[in-house]
Amino acid sequence: MRDFLKKPAVQTVIASLVCVVVGMLIGYIVLLIINPSGAGKAILAVLKNFMNYNRTNLKIRNLGNTIVKTAPLLMCALSVLFSYKVGLFNIGASGQYCAGACISLYAALKWNLGWFPCLILAILAGAVLGSIVGCLKSYYNVNEVISGIMLNWIMLYGTNAILTTVKEPTTPYTYHLTDKAPQAILPTLGLGKLFAGNKYIGIAVPLSILAAVLVKIILDKTKFGYELKATGFNRNAAKYCGMAEKRNIILSLVISGALAGCGAALLYLAGYEEWQCSLASVPAMGFNGIAATFLGGLNPIGTIFASFFIQHITTGGSHVDLSMYCSQISELISSLIIYLCGFVLFIKFTLNKVLDRQNGKNGGKN
Amino acid sequence: MNVPYAVEMLNITKKFPGIIANDNISLQLKHGEIHALLGENGAGKSTLMSVLFGLYQPEEGEIRKDGKPVKINDPNDANALGIGMVHQHFKLVECFTVLDNIIMGVEPVKHGILQKEEARKKIKKLSDKYGLAVDPDAKIEDITVGMQQRTEILKMLYRENEILIFDEPTAVLTPQEIDELMQIMKNLVKEGKSILFISHKLNEIMAVADRCTVLRKGKYIGTVETKNTSIEELSSMMVGRNVSFHVEKKTQTPGETVLEVRNVTVGSKSHHGDSVKNVSFNVRRGEIVCIAGIDGNGQTELVYGITGLEPLKEGTLTLCGKDITKASIRERNIIGMSHIPEDRHKHGLVLDYTLEDNLILERYFTEEFTDKAGFLKRDNIRKYAERLIDQYDIRSGQGPVTTARSMSGGNQQKAIIGREMDKQPELLVAVQPTRGIDVGAIEYIHKQLVQERDKGKAVLLVSLELDEVMDVPDRILVMYEGEIVGEFDPKKTTQEELGLYMAGAKRMEVKV
Repeated sequence: MRDFLKKPAVQTVIASLVCVVVGMLIGYIVLLIINPSGAGKAILAVLKNFMNYNRTNLKIRNLGNTIVKTAPLLMCALSVLFSYKVGLFNIGASGQYCAGACISLYAALKWNLGWFPCLILAILAGAVLGSIVGCLKSYYNVNEVISGIMLNWIMLYGTNAILTTVKEPTTPYTYHLTDKAPQAILPTLGLGKLFAGNKYIGIAVPLSILAAVLVKIILDKTKFGYELKATGFNRNAAKYCGMAEKRNIILSLVISGALAGCGAALLYLAGYEEWQCSLASVPAMGFNGIAATFLGGLNPIGTIFASFFIQHITTGGSHVDLSMYCSQISELISSLIIYLCGFVLFIKFTLNKVLDRQNGKNGGKN
Repeated sequence: MNVPYAVEMLNITKKFPGIIANDNISLQLKHGEIHALLGENGAGKSTLMSVLFGLYQPEEGEIRKDGKPVKINDPNDANALGIGMVHQHFKLVECFTVLDNIIMGVEPVKHGILQKEEARKKIKKLSDKYGLAVDPDAKIEDITVGMQQRTEILKMLYRENEILIFDEPTAVLTPQEIDELMQIMKNLVKEGKSILFISHKLNEIMAVADRCTVLRKGKYIGTVETKNTSIEELSSMMVGRNVSFHVEKKTQTPGETVLEVRNVTVGSKSHHGDSVKNVSFNVRRGEIVCIAGIDGNGQTELVYGITGLEPLKEGTLTLCGKDITKASIRERNIIGMSHIPEDRHKHGLVLDYTLEDNLILERYFTEEFTDKAGFLKRDNIRKYAERLIDQYDIRSGQGPVTTARSMSGGNQQKAIIGREMDKQPELLVAVQPTRGIDVGAIEYIHKQLVQERDKGKAVLLVSLELDEVMDVPDRILVMYEGEIVGEFDPKKTTQEELGLYMAGAKRMEVKV
């Protein structure tokens, strides 16, 4: 039994589940405090998400919607994960995500480019942004969290300003891609049929999963991954043995940025959402990516499931009965659960400590 | 016989997962004696002292103070019982004065206002009584290591501790300072204090201790009166076999110059001046050159400059005839430089990597280990690691896949040495290669260094251990405050003479 519990993969799964349960408990308590009569129903509504719908068709179609939004979240999570392996905290994923959204929508609506060039431009935009943070970090030792957060705000307002030129005259939203730029819509590959005709689901889903697998391979199997992880674990040792740690830091942030930028394009080019040019806060996608990274136990494959769960909760929040709670409640509950998701490493650490202590006791008996 | 012991630790057993750190160990400290605790690294000295200091709770055994059983749950309990400790790495606030450091935590106050004059009087009295000369108003960062140690001792005396633990107190001192410390320790016991003195330096134990308790691999070996024993007996008790302290090496004439250091100056990170000032020397084939000196006199920075970890401010470096002043670390490696770093955890290893991944740290990029597409050749890595493990006798729990962090210090060092020597370097830079390693492994490492020299390689050794400085090299360069102040033939000098140069009391012109 102990050997089973000592396996890192098993520990990650256990720790992730503990976090999710504790998060829901706290969410439940908060709901109880605000309005005891509706708490049970509300937390169930969050958890059920697409299962809240009555008809099977609607259930499946809405599951599809959750999956559509999982793809960009997964890309953001991979972005955070990739730089984390080099010992950097890419809190700038949100800004890189904005940059990707900005350039892909602008290229689609203003320049009428097809989906592929739009996607590539989004990747490049994220990469450029990542390189700024990376260069500042490696040449001037500017903390990547600070410069990342600053760039987040710059990119948010920059995106708002630029996309105002392609927005509907009467609403704060950009034009529908289906009306104005159908050539930029991502190929659906007929995947919609699997989800009761959901027309948004498409190439984004397999692409993001492919990205996760690629990240896994790069980190585990290649020389580049070996260097990156060595730099992340011990920068001094990496320097000592002649690795180009400065180049590695920049490169890892460039790739991180590219992943986040690509994520934005995967959402906006699906036509599922339009950019709201009056946004006063950075899209939550990049921050939720941090939670998904940790909930997934810092493993690219685990991140796939963690991203789905977090998107599931986030979308589920919109099903809370608003006659009993104020409209912010859905975000409050999902963010509580997401916050707790960050404690996976802590739970793992505690679990290990308990196991070691038991081990010590048994050793005494022998 | 009726006088109770000052401290008794009886049948102490302390276990950690997978290892018994202390196995039924007893230690009895008499009033007014200096009692040495001798053992190799990993013998369980630190664990035993941590038990006494309340940092660990033993599974079995009891501690008695003046004959009465006591329970020590944390260092505060230890302090209350009058047990004080001078740690190997001093616990002082650098930017505070000596006085501030001494009273820290037990500040005399009246109505919430500090009474420094009162403290100053008490400190003055203590330092006169025990011959501990310090300036109470000097800042810690401005005084010598020896002074800092006296501050630590005064800290214990100010708290009226009766039982004083010294953890490897001589490691950072010059020979002259060591003599002074020995005198201070004798004064302390004369005034009724009892001292526990942790060390692995046999001649110091013989010089100052009344009795000595020896531990080996967590087990109690015995307690002997120093006046009835010899260095040889103590060392065989400690190691379990006879150890040769002398390094055997044939005389040989050095060949052509491998490393040329000319007018090298390296800046400092911690202050405005330069850590290394205008240093020049050569290292030739078939010789071991040792840079001796007290810790913090620029040796570390000089090595950083030579190996490329820090840029030079001025000067030039030539390796095997090639100018490497501006070469990258990898270029230096490829030309033929190997580096056993001073701090194996900071530079030498990626502790969270496996042993095999650590063994390829400097050659993972070669064709042997990476294919054209950039994928690692795991089979070759495994084979290579197994060969080095075998050849250099690197012991670990799970072989090549052991996490470096879980290996013992000696085996971590062997892994580094294996990796560096297997590169067949022209120049081997070895910085304190035997630091924190048990006597058996030290002997092995010294043999390896001599073997490299005999093969006609150049070896640059940096050492703080005087025994090593006297025994291993063919030539000694003494560094003081960033300059080379003396050059010696180890056969024609003494530790005392070196000590004068290391402390800056004497200097000579050294020509290349």
